[in-house]
Amino acid sequence: MDFRDTPQEAEFRTRLRRWLRDNVPTDAGFDPAHPRGDVAVSREWSRKLYEAGYAGLTWPKEYGGAGAPYTHQAIFLEESARAETPEHIGIIGLGMAGPTIIAHGNDEQKKRHLAKILSGEEVWCQGFSEPGSGSDLASLRTRAVRDGDDLVVNGQKVWSSFAHIADFCILMVRTDSDAPKHQGITYLLADMKAPGVEVRPLRQITGEPEFNEIFFTDARFPVSSVLGEINDGWKVAMTTLLHERGTLGFALTARLEVEVRKLVDLAKETPLNGGRAADDPLIRDRIAQQWIDLQALRFTNYRALTTLMKTGVPGPEGSVAKLHWSETNQRLTKLALDILGAQAQLDGDDAVERGYWQYQQLRSRGNTIEAGTSEILRNIISERVLGLPRSR
Amino acid sequence: MDFAFSEEQELLRSSARDFLRDRSAPERVAELADSDAGWDPATWKQITELGWVGLSVPEDRGGSGMSLLDEAVLFEETGRALYPGPFLSTVVLAQPALGASADGFSAVLEAGGAATLAWVEPGGVSSLAELDGVKTEARASGDEWKLTGEKVLVPDLALTSNVVVVARSADGLGLWLVSRPDDFKTQGTVDGTRRFGRFELDGDPGTLLVGSDEVGDVLEQIRLRSLAALALEAVGVAQFALDSAAAYVKERKQFDKPIGTYQAVSHQVADIYVDTELARSLAYWAAWCVAEGDRQASTAALAAKAFAADAAVKACERSIQVHGGIGFTYEHTLHRYYRRAQWIQSFDGSGRVHRAAVAAALLDA
Repeated sequence: MDFRDTPQEAEFRTRLRRWLRDNVPTDAGFDPAHPRGDVAVSREWSRKLYEAGYAGLTWPKEYGGAGAPYTHQAIFLEESARAETPEHIGIIGLGMAGPTIIAHGNDEQKKRHLAKILSGEEVWCQGFSEPGSGSDLASLRTRAVRDGDDLVVNGQKVWSSFAHIADFCILMVRTDSDAPKHQGITYLLADMKAPGVEVRPLRQITGEPEFNEIFFTDARFPVSSVLGEINDGWKVAMTTLLHERGTLGFALTARLEVEVRKLVDLAKETPLNGGRAADDPLIRDRIAQQWIDLQALRFTNYRALTTLMKTGVPGPEGSVAKLHWSETNQRLTKLALDILGAQAQLDGDDAVERGYWQYQQLRSRGNTIEAGTSEILRNIISERVLGLPRSR
Repeated sequence: MDFAFSEEQELLRSSARDFLRDRSAPERVAELADSDAGWDPATWKQITELGWVGLSVPEDRGGSGMSLLDEAVLFEETGRALYPGPFLSTVVLAQPALGASADGFSAVLEAGGAATLAWVEPGGVSSLAELDGVKTEARASGDEWKLTGEKVLVPDLALTSNVVVVARSADGLGLWLVSRPDDFKTQGTVDGTRRFGRFELDGDPGTLLVGSDEVGDVLEQIRLRSLAALALEAVGVAQFALDSAAAYVKERKQFDKPIGTYQAVSHQVADIYVDTELARSLAYWAAWCVAEGDRQASTAALAAKAFAADAAVKACERSIQVHGGIGFTYEHTLHRYYRRAQWIQSFDGSGRVHRAAVAAALLDA
């Protein structure tokens, strides 16, 4: 056991820090109109990362990646969050579509997509959830019917971030309605510019349209865009979800670290009863709790990373981290509003930091729902980790 | 970055688990906890023969020259088996003082190996972090030291006559080894597997182990070791609560189904797992920091102890809940773990006290 960086890790970290210091655009502060940052800034940032060789760190070299160990990816995520970099435009492409194509794609598909995912030229979105299929993903009803060399798709997808700017979509469709529900699904690499694809923004409780609905009306996709085999898409989708939760913990925890630091600053800067909010014993106890929760997550991620390096398969710690992160983030943002007191009800330009905490607090309600609801994660832990009987 | 125990450490863990399964089975623990003696000296003798005592004492002082990280697996396993004996008091509380003097450790090892530490005084000091108010006096008289004062809440006092006492001489605080007075009293203790005792010293002879120039460092070592060790022990306790909850809900049937089928039940078990894993991460981190003398050792140990103790208490409460009526009986072993979890939680202050120290480091620096 050793928590220090190895000489190689230390060297990578130092080089990365220097690069980030020289390249991260100056923080313009929180903008209520673009709470998750400006798309143009994200595109530019993605290009820079690619040119510097930081895109696809863990991807094999033959597909344009750096072939680096997962520890480097972890260090990259940590340092990027600490430097408060813009968001990469290709989160779905780099983290989900790319690794799935590497695992299941044919040469043609690899050649067609992987390089452009790395460079950020191709933006990807995810077409999994439907209005009637959330946690029970395999009940999806978007249909695809074979017509010559095409699949003709009709249906609706929901909760799709980046869809409004995406070039491609990892799309799950039903190709056999008579088969058992996990066996009639096909996984498509769908062109979002095809006729019959319509994207409508979906406003969430923050008021912001971070997600979209995608409507397919007789949209035609060539059979060559099927990833894996027709009717074998469930297996392919499991690869995607494994990757979604695999490295997610590090990114989320690193972001939480930044939030905790901001929370500490907020408590120090906010006046309370002639002193600082940071002098109130109850607030102090809750801030300490947040910091401890953060460390618990950090070191749970390190343990997960050790498992991943030793076995090549993400361990159950990923579900633990997601579950605890989401609840910790919800507590943190509520604590921030508590510290702001009556000011917490102001919003936009009239609010402290233009409503940064007000936005984060409302946004955090999605944390226990997206990427596996807390209820589903508890089912996974009960059934797959602890071996309890299935609940359904 | 490597977050795994070495092969040797894992080997030590599995041999400890086997040994404790045999010598500290739940029925045996229950029997001992309810007995007058409260422990089994023969098992303790085997533990000293296995070399668990003195692992982290330097070799030139009669120990094995290893570190807290090597002992870590033992704290976790003794917690999981609820081992009733003077392991924690000897290895964590007394050993740093014994190992700091030339022959303190070897002398105690010859005398059965067990020892404990007395620092709390009635109505006075209670925390290892704040010992300025210690009133017990040590006076030099010729070549000898004579100690006078009163100590309470001394862990495992009935199990050993070797007592390291925090006292004050003309030079300041120090640590002396005294022989437990014959008229000591065992204090009624909620956790029958780890009882407290009290005693009075009235000019009793003592051997100086650590003088005023070094005492600050040694006391800090004791504090950090005890916080980290108790966090690890708490992880062991929580793991037992988890294992027993998971096993029970798979087996127990109501409405014709195993109760683990119902999510109101299974999700409580999942929550025990989550808390236990998080606590484990913190406890291992703290053990590493303390073993390496990392600059974050103090906050890591405070954070780990606060979180893991609360996790262990909650784990036992949830486990008792999913066991239903049987979990509420005296006969079931769970309440004994629950009592130990609360013992750990209250040691040197509850989570609130430790979090206050963490907050000071975050907000007042």
